[in-house]
Amino acid sequence: MNIFVCVKQVPDTETKVVPNSDGTFIETSSIKWIMNPYDEFAVEQALLVKAANAGSTVTVVRVGGPKDTEALRTALAMGADEAILVESADNLDSYMIAKALKGAIDKSGKSADLVFAGKQAIDDDCLQVPQLLAQMLDIPSVSVVVGFEMNGTKLNLKREIEGGSIEVYEVDGPALVACNKGINTPRYASLPGIMKAKKKPMAQHSLADVGVTDADRRVKYSEFKLPPEKPAGKKFEAMEEGQRAGVVKEVVGLLRNEAKVI
Amino acid sequence: MSKVLVLAEIQGDDVKSVAYEILGKLSGQNVDVAAIGSIPAGAAEKLAKHGAENIHSLKGDKLDHYTPEGWSNALKGFMSDKGYDYVLTGATATGKDLIPRLAGMFDAGMASEVVNFTFDGGTFAGTRPLFAGKCLAKVEIQGPKPHFVTVRPNALGMPESENAKAGATNEASVDAGTIRAFVKEVVKGASEKLDLTEANVIVSGGRAMKNAENFKILDELANVIGATVGASRAAVDSGFAPHAMQVGQTGKTVSPSLYIACGISGAIQHLAGMRTSKVIVAINTDPDAPIFTKADYGIVGDLFEIVPIMTAEFKALLG
Repeated sequence: MNIFVCVKQVPDTETKVVPNSDGTFIETSSIKWIMNPYDEFAVEQALLVKAANAGSTVTVVRVGGPKDTEALRTALAMGADEAILVESADNLDSYMIAKALKGAIDKSGKSADLVFAGKQAIDDDCLQVPQLLAQMLDIPSVSVVVGFEMNGTKLNLKREIEGGSIEVYEVDGPALVACNKGINTPRYASLPGIMKAKKKPMAQHSLADVGVTDADRRVKYSEFKLPPEKPAGKKFEAMEEGQRAGVVKEVVGLLRNEAKVI
Repeated sequence: MSKVLVLAEIQGDDVKSVAYEILGKLSGQNVDVAAIGSIPAGAAEKLAKHGAENIHSLKGDKLDHYTPEGWSNALKGFMSDKGYDYVLTGATATGKDLIPRLAGMFDAGMASEVVNFTFDGGTFAGTRPLFAGKCLAKVEIQGPKPHFVTVRPNALGMPESENAKAGATNEASVDAGTIRAFVKEVVKGASEKLDLTEANVIVSGGRAMKNAENFKILDELANVIGATVGASRAAVDSGFAPHAMQVGQTGKTVSPSLYIACGISGAIQHLAGMRTSKVIVAINTDPDAPIFTKADYGIVGDLFEIVPIMTAEFKALLG
């Protein structure tokens, strides 16, 4: 079984984001890059499927800048067999990324039996690539998946929707599964795993190699800026028992009469 | 002037309110509304008042419940001869999953989760948060039409004035095509309340809640003010609440009118997920907690003392 996992490299969640000087993107020079947190669930699920299906291979694919290959190295160290890097700028739109991933999968010469991805990347938060890629590969996709079972080629997937409700999907044959937290517990890369990862194959392609050009850009960003700072609010001291009732009454009154939200 | 389709989602005897929010920003455009299923008569009237020229109820086999393939095939078929320049809908659980696939069928671009937009000269330009709201950017779409946009619920607000149009109702039959991933059943969540991403009022608890049991006091407050209960990553990671309740960069990004943070210190990834709330109330024992820098009203105090008093106070106020 050929299993593909799409991973993205994103700024660490503790990163303070600063727009660059011309507002075309963010300052990336001092960012610590990590594997997109949701992609860890995708890698783990691929490894679980591989373990249950002898002879399977797990290929991780990433589109992005070549400077730091943290995401791919992490995936290989966790146990993926090989990696494909499509080198590009950091600010591609979802359509270009999906097309590049499709091109890289096609170029590998393997037909994708299963594709895993995170449900969203926490940088641009577009939530488009899994669905777009599935459409381009002409396979079904199920997103925000928190439960995964596989019997032969049949998948039983739990998709989380509003209010914690679950849609239970039945899928037969190749499919793309976009994973959410809760589907599994990602393993840590072991030291031997990290050593082994260095010897695993990593193919590198340019965007042109996988058939993506500037004409594929669909979404244009500009005017990156920080959100407006709020003026300082009102703060009330209510640690002492005698203060509590009065403070709460005042705040409730302000919510009603000043903020008018209740 | 552009030809715009607003996709509405039927909910009970109305449509989800984000459709009205979107319509309120589209005066001056030629706007149709469509939904899969039968749009209730009352909703059709309201949609007309808010600017819908034509209102299409789309019906066909295997479309009762959402599936990514069934709904996108049906909409593709319906739209094929209509010549829409833009398709807008809410960034709901369904909208977020459906629209990228549908846009892919047209090889078209999509702007996700915009919080504001303009249509100057009939051309869309939106504003959207990136990095979970740590920054904002202007977003424009180019390439083949129609262009697709999802709009974050509650971000635009309900329109203040009406813009009545004909609102001619129409039923169209549509084809779900081949569905390879179908929904076998839907397991209802414990909560009948609005999802966090659509909630207008949210009460959230952090690590200081100490355990899952204690969330009961937040539920009691939430019941009185019609709120949905959320949690910080620290609370979720400690097992006090499920991930579905998590607000923040690796959870849900929310924009309610009122956000009440209880025992949440305000880590950068949490602030990113809730800073676009209109009014923020913070309750924390630590006067230096970062959450207070974002709070409109901060209460330095013990949530276990303050929250029950607040619940009683709201109960008295709201009857």
